Amino acid sequence: MKIGTPKEVFDGEARVAMTPDSALQLQKLGYDCAIESGAGSLAGFSDKAYSDAGVEIKKTAAALWKDVDVVAKVREPDDGEMKRLTADHTLISFFNPAGNDKGLKAAAKKGASVVAMEMVPRISRAQKMDALSSMANIAGYRAVIEAGNNFGRFFTGQVTAAGKVPPAKVLIVGAGVAGLAAIGTSTSLGAITYAFDVRPEVAEQVESMGAEFVYLDFKEKQKDGAETGGYAAVSSPEFRDAQLAKFRELAPEIDIVITTALIPNREAPKLWLKDMVKAMKPGSVIVDLAAPAGGNVEGTVQDEKVVSDNGVTIVGYTDFASRMAAQASSLYSTNIRHMMSDLTPEKDGNLVHNMEDDVIRGATVTFNKEVTFPPPPPKVQAIAVKTQEKPKELTPEEIRTQEAEAFQAQTKQQVILLATGALVTLGLGLIAPVSFMQHFIVFVLSVFIGFQVIWNVSHSLHTPLMAVTNAISSIIILGALMQIGSGSFLVIILAALSVFMAGINIFGGFLVTRRMLAMFQKS
Amino acid sequence: MDLGFTTAAYVVAAILFILSLGGLSGQESAKRAVWYGIVGMALAVFATLIGPGSGLWFFSIILIAGGGIIGYMLASRVEMTQMPELVAGMHALVGLAAVFVGFIADFEMGNVALAKEAGTAKELTGFAALIAKKSAIELSILRVELFLGVFIGSITFTGSVIAYGKLSGKVTSAATKLPGGHALNAGAALISILCLIWYLQSGSLLPVVIMTLMAFFIGFHLIMGIGGADMPVVVSMLNSYSGWAAAAIGFSLGNDLLIVVGALVGSSGAILSYIMCKAMNRSFVSVILGGFGGTVGPAMEVEGEQIAIDADGVAAALNDADSVIIIPGYGMAVAQAQQAVSELTKRLRGQGKEVRFAIHPVAGRLPGHMNVLLAEAKVPYDIVLEMDEINEDFPSTDVAIVIGSNDIVNPAAQDDPNSPIAGMPVLECWKSKQVFVSKRGQGTGYSGIENPLFFKENTRMFYGDAKESLNKLLSLIN
Repeated sequence: MKIGTPKEVFDGEARVAMTPDSALQLQKLGYDCAIESGAGSLAGFSDKAYSDAGVEIKKTAAALWKDVDVVAKVREPDDGEMKRLTADHTLISFFNPAGNDKGLKAAAKKGASVVAMEMVPRISRAQKMDALSSMANIAGYRAVIEAGNNFGRFFTGQVTAAGKVPPAKVLIVGAGVAGLAAIGTSTSLGAITYAFDVRPEVAEQVESMGAEFVYLDFKEKQKDGAETGGYAAVSSPEFRDAQLAKFRELAPEIDIVITTALIPNREAPKLWLKDMVKAMKPGSVIVDLAAPAGGNVEGTVQDEKVVSDNGVTIVGYTDFASRMAAQASSLYSTNIRHMMSDLTPEKDGNLVHNMEDDVIRGATVTFNKEVTFPPPPPKVQAIAVKTQEKPKELTPEEIRTQEAEAFQAQTKQQVILLATGALVTLGLGLIAPVSFMQHFIVFVLSVFIGFQVIWNVSHSLHTPLMAVTNAISSIIILGALMQIGSGSFLVIILAALSVFMAGINIFGGFLVTRRMLAMFQKS
Repeated sequence: MDLGFTTAAYVVAAILFILSLGGLSGQESAKRAVWYGIVGMALAVFATLIGPGSGLWFFSIILIAGGGIIGYMLASRVEMTQMPELVAGMHALVGLAAVFVGFIADFEMGNVALAKEAGTAKELTGFAALIAKKSAIELSILRVELFLGVFIGSITFTGSVIAYGKLSGKVTSAATKLPGGHALNAGAALISILCLIWYLQSGSLLPVVIMTLMAFFIGFHLIMGIGGADMPVVVSMLNSYSGWAAAAIGFSLGNDLLIVVGALVGSSGAILSYIMCKAMNRSFVSVILGGFGGTVGPAMEVEGEQIAIDADGVAAALNDADSVIIIPGYGMAVAQAQQAVSELTKRLRGQGKEVRFAIHPVAGRLPGHMNVLLAEAKVPYDIVLEMDEINEDFPSTDVAIVIGSNDIVNPAAQDDPNSPIAGMPVLECWKSKQVFVSKRGQGTGYSGIENPLFFKENTRMFYGDAKESLNKLLSLIN
């Protein structure tokens, strides 16, 4: 089968769904590859690079659509492209199924299969094809760079001969993939970075990236992200109030705000209100990554950069990934390639659309002339279902009582053990003759010494311990030696055999122990 | 020489043996401790040879020397990975020797009885003279002791032979039982008890022979029913038995040194078994009865997938890491990979990285097996740590490498109350930033339990023979 990528028709879209590298990988899966001439030029991939990688160059989009079985794209297809879609096509692209009812119906009517990349379920197996995450990662990085571009100061604090420079303070709202990428970029540029998220469980991730997590003084059981497929849940009004109060408190000292609070298929919540913008210092920058869904910031204008009355720049671009087209294309094309490899289980260039597979089922929005969106909830939970309760910190008193109890239990156990032992010994003494008891005392004391001594043996020396006890248990040789001279031929034979075997054991045991111990060396 | 001197020599020997075991508390003192043991043994043998009751001393010395040569050859040739087999094999010898000595004692009792009837009892010497002086009750007690010695010795013998076979791969390491299971063992034990009563009343040889055969069967069947993963417990248990057998024979011969040493060895083996069982969170009985018991409900579903990685990826991560913990298991011994592990350690340490080893108490097939293997490969012992010493350090570790171990790093032991190994203390390697698992292929270990570690997000599977994988890795780390 043949897989092809047309030039993106959306104005300003620089990304491309196939790179020369991904084409090589796709060919390994058994596919032929084709690309529209100039499709990769904005992302820095020339037609020559493609043809060197064995990709067929098609002059026009029409020729490409006609010739291929699988179309891999970035943006959701426009009307012109929808017309080219036929029943034989499988389209792999962002499709915005929740907001593109018309497109869904049209595709279903034609009988084309459509795999929407934003619908890939958020489970660990599907991470490699999660294009939203890979694009969000780029957007997070780029958001910081855009902010820096519009921010007239350093990120990092410096003390120079020309004066002291305070470090920039950056607040990242929403610690999803984009948020974490922004945190990483911001901290590595040297800014003091704060981050907020409605899911307190991400605090650890935030702190691991070097930012400070902004905690709210608010007691409410938060929903585990698992229940909502790895995304934050919509929060209660009280929670929202507490959150806004915190932001209001932070606003005057923050230089750069990057908002990333975005739940797919929902309008973005307004988190940074007019008064907070007003409270910020002139020259501060806000980058609103939620702009495509209306923005988290009051005053965001989609696709534009605006400056508020008090001199705060609000960046509302929606094409951050496209602004880094080379990087975005290589990541996106890899996501596509992984999707193709899941769709090609035999690696023979034949696409098998297995609707039983959770990932494929989830991402497919039209199949067999039917709209298959929204998908049923995935069978596999996104995050581990069980969250373990942290053991309660014990107060010193509790620890003390616990210790006392343990001590008492131990004493009790020891006393019982000793009492039973003593009783058994006494009972034995009543019936056994003296000659036996003499040996018995020796025996009991030896067992006792043995227990005391062996507990101290270092764990790492257990094998030498076994070898050496093996050697000394050949003390049985004494028994044979005592008997060898006193008796019949049979006795001599048996005793001789015993002496011989014990001899093997004595020498073997001690020597092998010595060999082992000689190997233990200190560094 | 008279009995006084021999007894004095025995006292010295007993003290030397105690010191010998006590010295094993540290690596350095252990080197001295072995000499105590050797001197003690030499003293004991010497004192017995020149002491009263022994004859044919020249013949004995030749036998000891002959056995010694074989022992020397065995000890100097054995590979450290074969240590478990060697130890098990040597237990078999002690067990068999105990059986023989027990039988001889029985013959002697017969001879003494005959001599008494013939009126020549006064001419008897040595052990026979000792018996001749005994009263009827003492003789009965002697019979019980002797019977016990032979019984335990026989179990030790066949049990050790089977353990040897399992450890060296000559017998299947899976738990196999004859139809009837433990009822057969119980039956054999019951017959043995009946034989004891019969023997006490008749004093004839036949019940002892029958009992010996029964005990042989118990030893065989008991160990056949225990799976490969439980071998550390089995070997230390047999170690304990060989001691108790020696002690029982000591009672019947009236020899205090035998009793002392037997008790020392017996308690040592018992403690080792206890430590091993504790490390697996299982009771001794459940290990002996074989198989895992007490699971309730289905095991937790394992989610995610095993993600493979190649040597380049592991090398890159190792080059970036500052702290590394290596967790070796039986798989490392099987692949003979300890030299490669040691070389890897040396190179990483050469780059100034912190490399340590985490050893689980039941890693390998013998208590302390991994320590010996690493020591053989010249890994310094002060970077080889026990589970309790290192478990807290995993969260601050960059890379954990699991080489050929499985159950001892299974998070199901903590997370899944329905897991067969629930509650067993495990090495929490999944808390480190990244885990690499070197493993021959997908699949479960000896115990057949699925390991969620392999499916964790920070785990990468480094498939292939451990030695080859590590050698590949070595060529990538400069």
